Amino acid sequence: MLSESSMRTPLARVRGLGSAKSGTGHFWLQRVTAVANVILTIIFLGVVIALVGKPYPAAIALLSHPLVAILMLLFVVSGAVHMRIGMQVVIEDYIHGEGAKIAAVMANTFFAIAIGAACVFALLKLSFGG
Amino acid sequence: MAEFNLPQNSRLVEGKAWPKPAGASKLTEFKIYRWNPDDTENPRTDTYFVDREDCGPMVLDALIWIKSKIDPTLTFRRSCREGICGSCAMNMDGKNGLACTTGIDECGGTGKNSGRVAIYPLPHMPVIKDLVPDLTRFYAQHASIEPWLKTTSPAPEKEWAQEKGDREKLDGLYECILCACCSTSCPSYWWNGDRYLGPAALLQAYRWLIDSRDEATGERLDNLEDPFRLYRCHTIMNCANACPKGLNPAKAIAEVKKMMVTRQV
Repeated sequence: MLSESSMRTPLARVRGLGSAKSGTGHFWLQRVTAVANVILTIIFLGVVIALVGKPYPAAIALLSHPLVAILMLLFVVSGAVHMRIGMQVVIEDYIHGEGAKIAAVMANTFFAIAIGAACVFALLKLSFGG
Repeated sequence: MAEFNLPQNSRLVEGKAWPKPAGASKLTEFKIYRWNPDDTENPRTDTYFVDREDCGPMVLDALIWIKSKIDPTLTFRRSCREGICGSCAMNMDGKNGLACTTGIDECGGTGKNSGRVAIYPLPHMPVIKDLVPDLTRFYAQHASIEPWLKTTSPAPEKEWAQEKGDREKLDGLYECILCACCSTSCPSYWWNGDRYLGPAALLQAYRWLIDSRDEATGERLDNLEDPFRLYRCHTIMNCANACPKGLNPAKAIAEVKKMMVTRQV
């Protein structure tokens, strides 16, 4: 890493390692998944309400319908992606030690992927009659 | 982690309460942050009473009154006294602004400061003395966006021409006086001011990005394409709330983000 010595000029310190030449992809994906989540969350709530008080076989029947299953998979994937990049921004905002930050960003990615994979697996198992 | 507690030697203590001026009929209490680099004391808040019959209406008038009549060691920056130089930016009554354009009566005070005017330096900047912050990094951030016209075409014989509509796009941007009220009111700038450029520098960046005469738009965007330099802005909007010139840095930053997306999507 570059030195933070007091003899470096203020401009050299502000320029640092230069622009990362990325960030917009992250920003845009957050917006795209946000829009997707608005629609998918409403559908998800509709499914939950439709299943209130219904027995387990009825839940399986609804969730194994291809259209419902695909929408629920999209909901889970879009939600997990959105959760991951949102949490990453929070980590970058508040955690300043380089080591702790990298560890937290990595743990965040593992967590989002694990949650997403578990939900996808559960939905597929239901749909394919596991 | 972001530090929420100040180091022991930076904790604020109660300072001196200066006597009320004799024979004054209308007094206003001022509680002012004091810190002297030349001794080892902690920062403190001194209490002063200003004779309003003898003093102008603005917070800067009161500061000058205190310095002239009570305590000549009180240190602050000031120059134009009419909101165009940006020197007297400070935190008054919990809000950043210019002491010269903020009326004493606008600072009502709430909570423990009810009925008095609390004055601190701009938040989260190193303090040089009393109300004088060190803005070195803030100015370097402004320099880093290269705030000048960049062209490669041969210079015209007269000026670079610009249509009226294009000139109007600079309104609401060129008026910035770099007082630092916006950047120092921004929590994102507090936590990541070493990498995030902050609202003032980004408003200036947009001022050059949107200038129809400039030929380095892409290069300027490349320079800002960064998760920290630009994208630490989370549209908190404190900047627009703080700006003593009524500008909206958050909107300028949103426009920069729009330009970024436009060239990719």
